[in-house]
Amino acid sequence: MQTVVNLWPLIGVLVIVVGFVLRINPLLVVTAAAIATGLAAHFPLEKILATMGDGFLQTRALQLILLLPLAVIGLLDAQNWIARFERATVGRLLIIYLFVRESTAAMGLTSLGGHPQMVRPLLAPMAEGAAEKRYGKLPDKLRHKVLAMCAATDNVGLFFGEDIFVAFGAIALMHTFLLGSGIDVEPLHIAVWGIPTAICAFIIHAIRLHRFDRSLTREMTPAAAPVEAAQ
Amino acid sequence: MIISIQYLYWLAGVLLLITAGMILMDRTHPKRWTSALFWLLFAIPFLIGERLPSVAIGVGIVVMALIAGMGGVGRGKHAELHDKASRASAGRLGHKLFIPALAIPLTTVIGSVLLKHTEIGGVPLLDPKNTTFVSLGIGCLIALGLACWLTRDTPVQALRESRRLTEALGWAMVLPQMLAMLGLLFNEAGVGTAVAHVTTTYINLDFKLVAVIVYVLGMALFTVIMGNGFAAFPVMTGGVGVPVLVGIYGGNPAVMAAIGMFSGYCGTLMTPMAANFNIVPAALLELPDKNAVIKAQLPTALMMLVVNIVLLYLLM
Repeated sequence: MQTVVNLWPLIGVLVIVVGFVLRINPLLVVTAAAIATGLAAHFPLEKILATMGDGFLQTRALQLILLLPLAVIGLLDAQNWIARFERATVGRLLIIYLFVRESTAAMGLTSLGGHPQMVRPLLAPMAEGAAEKRYGKLPDKLRHKVLAMCAATDNVGLFFGEDIFVAFGAIALMHTFLLGSGIDVEPLHIAVWGIPTAICAFIIHAIRLHRFDRSLTREMTPAAAPVEAAQ
Repeated sequence: MIISIQYLYWLAGVLLLITAGMILMDRTHPKRWTSALFWLLFAIPFLIGERLPSVAIGVGIVVMALIAGMGGVGRGKHAELHDKASRASAGRLGHKLFIPALAIPLTTVIGSVLLKHTEIGGVPLLDPKNTTFVSLGIGCLIALGLACWLTRDTPVQALRESRRLTEALGWAMVLPQMLAMLGLLFNEAGVGTAVAHVTTTYINLDFKLVAVIVYVLGMALFTVIMGNGFAAFPVMTGGVGVPVLVGIYGGNPAVMAAIGMFSGYCGTLMTPMAANFNIVPAALLELPDKNAVIKAQLPTALMMLVVNIVLLYLLM
């Protein structure tokens, strides 16, 4: 016997896609998607609002991780200090940063990096400085590539590091969801089984950064040659 | 239990309430009334969530979304003043600043591993269901004490910093929780069932490798659409992960969950919908191509998806 599956709730996915394409505020898009999905599943409005409220209450623990350390982060970043690496190449600098970012995120120190606190004021100027020291002034196209790679390295380090920290929100979310499906897994086991992927991510991105150095050298060498010839 | 997670919810609620109060007192704030209302509404579920009917909280969420959608959440002038002050004191304390920063994770690990089963007079010391969160909360308080002691700042200054960063994050702070809420609602409304129906009807999951590929790529694809792996996880794990990978192939749920979430993160690296990670940095770095960061991440993300398929197949 075949039961009929209601495919209409997938309309929530459509709302998300359309909302983001039209660049509407994400909170509004998510709320609209929640209401649309509920209506498509024939829930009365009261039940939709109640489900949203329950969901919000159940996921409060996620917010603790972001909210409670803010005061400490604020006091610390008022004291910002700068370390300098001399004689670094862009690739080597970013490989070191990737290692530090990923391993500190794995210890739960996700707030040590980040785009506004670390990449923009510290990492990007250091990478740009390292490139200019080696190759001279970069053309805009390459300069933008270096900056984009700084941001990308921060993301890769953060994503593949944070998820092996046992108190991270994603682990709690996975634990809670599996518990709801009748499967009891220790949060620590979920964290530990993330380690193989985390190591592969480091290796793959580090190789890419190493090759990025080579491609920078390749792109800048023919450009440098005619300048020398002209002198 | 002696230390319950409820205390931390109250603490979070009080922090948000203070933020709302400070904004309300700030006559120079560009969006004084709507911003204060937004943070007040956000504080309520933390303070008295259990005592309110769920519908009321649902209505609060809708109002918050409307305020944010109309651009009603602004940022006070406090931020720029802070930046100037910070330059002057830069470098005074150097590496000592690692101490409070490390206090949070160290306390969390110690609390969740060593104090998990500690009892005083037959009563568990830490909330047994939420040991890690409770330990994290205690860690934050210890770190705050250390930071105040090192920097000679007062707790009042710490509250101001908390407000500054809360405002800097703005509505984006609520987004992860909203997405998690949407994930749960999707689950209740049967989106997972619909996805599972579509995948099991059109894709033959009789081969373990095919099932693994569907789960990994499904996590990535769904995250690309939702902008967040947290929302994709319940859908794909409810639809394919638990019934097929664990149910039929007897996979280890911890391995499935860990690698599944990482597959979602590969999706996060590829989508403009993860604005905080991909679009905001491009803007911060003044790159003309707003997708430049995504383009830099794309090869890593695609290679990692292949790695995840191989690892999940072998380790599960």
